[in-house]
Amino acid sequence: MKLLSAIELFGEYILLLKKVFSKPEKRKVYYQQTLKEIEKLGLQSVGIVTIISVFMGAVITLQTAYNMENPFIPTYLIGLGTRDSMLLEFSSTVIGLILAGKVGSNIASEIGTMRVTEQIDALEIMGINSASYLILPKIVATVFFNPFLSILSMIVGITGGWLVGVFTGVVSTQEYLDGVQYAFIPFYITYALIKTVVFAFLITTISAFYGYRVQGGSLEVGRASTQAVVMSSIFILLFNLILTQLLLS
Amino acid sequence: MIVVNDLCKSFDGRLVLDSITATFEKGKTNLIIGQSGSGKTVLLKCIVGLHEIDGGVIFYNDTRFDNLDFNQKKKIRQKIGMLFQGAALFDSATVEENVMFPLDMFTEMTHEEKLERVNFCLKRVNILNSNHLYPAEISGGMKKRVAIARAIALNPEFLFCDEPNSGLDPKTAVVIDQLIKEITEEYNITTIINTHDMNSVMGIGDKVIFIHQGKKWWEGSKDNILDSDNKELNEFVFSTELTRKIKGL
Repeated sequence: MKLLSAIELFGEYILLLKKVFSKPEKRKVYYQQTLKEIEKLGLQSVGIVTIISVFMGAVITLQTAYNMENPFIPTYLIGLGTRDSMLLEFSSTVIGLILAGKVGSNIASEIGTMRVTEQIDALEIMGINSASYLILPKIVATVFFNPFLSILSMIVGITGGWLVGVFTGVVSTQEYLDGVQYAFIPFYITYALIKTVVFAFLITTISAFYGYRVQGGSLEVGRASTQAVVMSSIFILLFNLILTQLLLS
Repeated sequence: MIVVNDLCKSFDGRLVLDSITATFEKGKTNLIIGQSGSGKTVLLKCIVGLHEIDGGVIFYNDTRFDNLDFNQKKKIRQKIGMLFQGAALFDSATVEENVMFPLDMFTEMTHEEKLERVNFCLKRVNILNSNHLYPAEISGGMKKRVAIARAIALNPEFLFCDEPNSGLDPKTAVVIDQLIKEITEEYNITTIINTHDMNSVMGIGDKVIFIHQGKKWWEGSKDNILDSDNKELNEFVFSTELTRKIKGL
């Protein structure tokens, strides 16, 4: 029964996507809406991404330094460890999980509230494809802007690691920078950005899906918001595994 | 004019509307009355196409509406204005943006022309100097009036009102009723109002349809509602102590 309802849910999700990716009623209005969503879902996430990244970069540096007991291991590996951790996993997957919480719950509760207060019905009555009008600008905004958040996270995280490393004396600036540049594989950035784009799509569409199908009142909106975050997180982890195997094997 | 023939609708096997046949006339306020749960909101939502019907036909003037696809329905929906029970104004938009929204979506007017139309509609519903307020900043009565202004922005041929007086004090309720009646007559609109407010019925009921247990139980005007010998209608109309005394029951 659970498998059947999961298949049914997936079918509903695909049907919603079909509705979302239909021809917009008026491109100009959609464009303006996309700009608003970039501000709301993207720019307003810069702060949290910066704070978390700087602290994570710092912690990774300290943990790497304090676990390097063998004197034959060069200290510059601290910089390398921080760089690769930030590039490969943190700036895409962990930031994705954090955005699933922040942006995902925002999207699900906004659309869910619009559903229970009949605002979506009002759009439909006007002859507007409500799914496309409400969800497409959010998808475009996050898919476009989240890679910038990911790049910001990489830069700020590596900088945070450097600052704390130098401040606590576990690594010198020269050693850290040597490590950051050592055996650098540019494809890691492409890999992280591909993951970020896929995660942005998953977060937005899954959260919008749960918000759009809300029935009832505020209790159901809250439940949909929680489900959106949980399911987005699960699918981020699942796709992280799939994409890593596909792109790095 | 809107004609409904043999309309049936059920949810999970439970028949909610049973062979409803009715004609809603142009330039008149057509009221659907009935107890909570009698099926009147479902009937309204079936007529505007928010619910798919199980049987019967719906005509908007000479066009059969129920078998049209989404894009074909869009053309008719652009001639529809709807006032929802909770007003259903867009929370993130100001009063002015709410009324301008249908103009943005469906006209090629310049911003000045749209603004002129918005101000005309707001003036028509007696909303002055509130263009830049958000729905959360205005009263329930004002919200209803803004929703009416949005509903008439595109000069609709059909106006639907779901419980327009719910949550309003009796004085404001009369103002909203009169406004709907004036607009209906001024623009020769086919107006359908869902209500269980007997003051509305006696004030503006050009044509009244009584729905009971999903069936059309009685049809007439406000003038002959008091003289009807229909038992269920009398139980509904004269349900309060005051009205029973007036009727001499």
